[in-house]
Amino acid sequence: MTTQDFDRADANNLFAALPEVDAVAQGRLHDRLAAAASDDGILDIAYRTLDSPVGSLLLAATERGLVRVAFACEDHDRILEQLAVRLSPRLLRAPARLDPVARELDEYFAGHRTQFEVPLDFQLSRGFRRTVLFHMNQIGYGQTKSYAALAAAAGNPKAARAVGSACATNPLPLIVPCHRVVRNDGTIGQYGGGTEAKKLLLAMERRT
Amino acid sequence: MTSHLARPERLLSMGQQPFEAIVARYGPVVLRVCRAVLGPTAAEDAWSETFLSAMQAYPDLRPESNVEAWLVTIAHRKAIDAVRAEARHPITMEALPEPPASDGVPGGWGSDLWAALSTLPFKQRETVAYHYLAGLRYADIASILGGSPDAARRAAADGIAALRKIYTDLDEGAPR
Repeated sequence: MTTQDFDRADANNLFAALPEVDAVAQGRLHDRLAAAASDDGILDIAYRTLDSPVGSLLLAATERGLVRVAFACEDHDRILEQLAVRLSPRLLRAPARLDPVARELDEYFAGHRTQFEVPLDFQLSRGFRRTVLFHMNQIGYGQTKSYAALAAAAGNPKAARAVGSACATNPLPLIVPCHRVVRNDGTIGQYGGGTEAKKLLLAMERRT
Repeated sequence: MTSHLARPERLLSMGQQPFEAIVARYGPVVLRVCRAVLGPTAAEDAWSETFLSAMQAYPDLRPESNVEAWLVTIAHRKAIDAVRAEARHPITMEALPEPPASDGVPGGWGSDLWAALSTLPFKQRETVAYHYLAGLRYADIASILGGSPDAARRAAADGIAALRKIYTDLDEGAPR
């Protein structure tokens, strides 16, 4: 054992009363940091997760509004890394900013809400895809529209394929209802949260 | 969201990882350092100010940076501020309520260890904390505190020797 090893073991012994991880204090300090960062205007992205009938949802918001909703199958950690690179790394788990949308989603899944009122930030979507999202948002609760019909509504009837990719890349699923867009033959089509989730949502909306 | 996001994953450089990951990874060690340097009462304020400043500057952090040394450098500045504030307003500091004991060790961190650490000169206490708790090299400590790496090494050794002596005296004193 070298002197340095001895010193380190000795020091570890000396500092044994100082816990390596103090989870209670860390939780308290994390919340305090999130609140202070928000007050100082440097919390560029706040996020939380929400348990739902379609699995755990990641909800992320900028100061402008809700910017991303992600299903568990998308890998929440991967989505957070993408947000850090594309938008800003000043990103913290900070539920307060997401409380209104969490409440609205809970009401939606309970069958008590048919449209969402929280502010949305569409900056992850550009160009034609963004236009498609705008028109998608007009499809009412319990209704469906085909990819082709949505392409026509968005001003480009031949762009059904592009509409498909706009659905697949929708940064705000559930809130902007890409689950209400179905195949031209009426079959259900694909869904970022899985076809089971899409079936569940459409059945729920028909029932209510 | 696929094609335009097809970056190599898990290869994000510093300043690009979510700051949440930085807090999770380095929060505990910075808290230990703040507690060792400032004691249990002032430590949480120093930790909060350190991470708030770090978050502000985080997008500009150079990719090759040593994050731990960067955070300890900020924590050092906050510790200096805290010590100066205490010198100006000693009564205010004493009037602050003690945070709840979270380690649950009777006679542990809350009393003995902090009492022992507080007998060390401030710079020596910092050197001990930065080397033995944060694991910084003496060269990094010297660039944070000033002075030479050898001086930092001697300060750390002296600090550990002093702490060991206090503990030996305690052990040989009243049965605990």
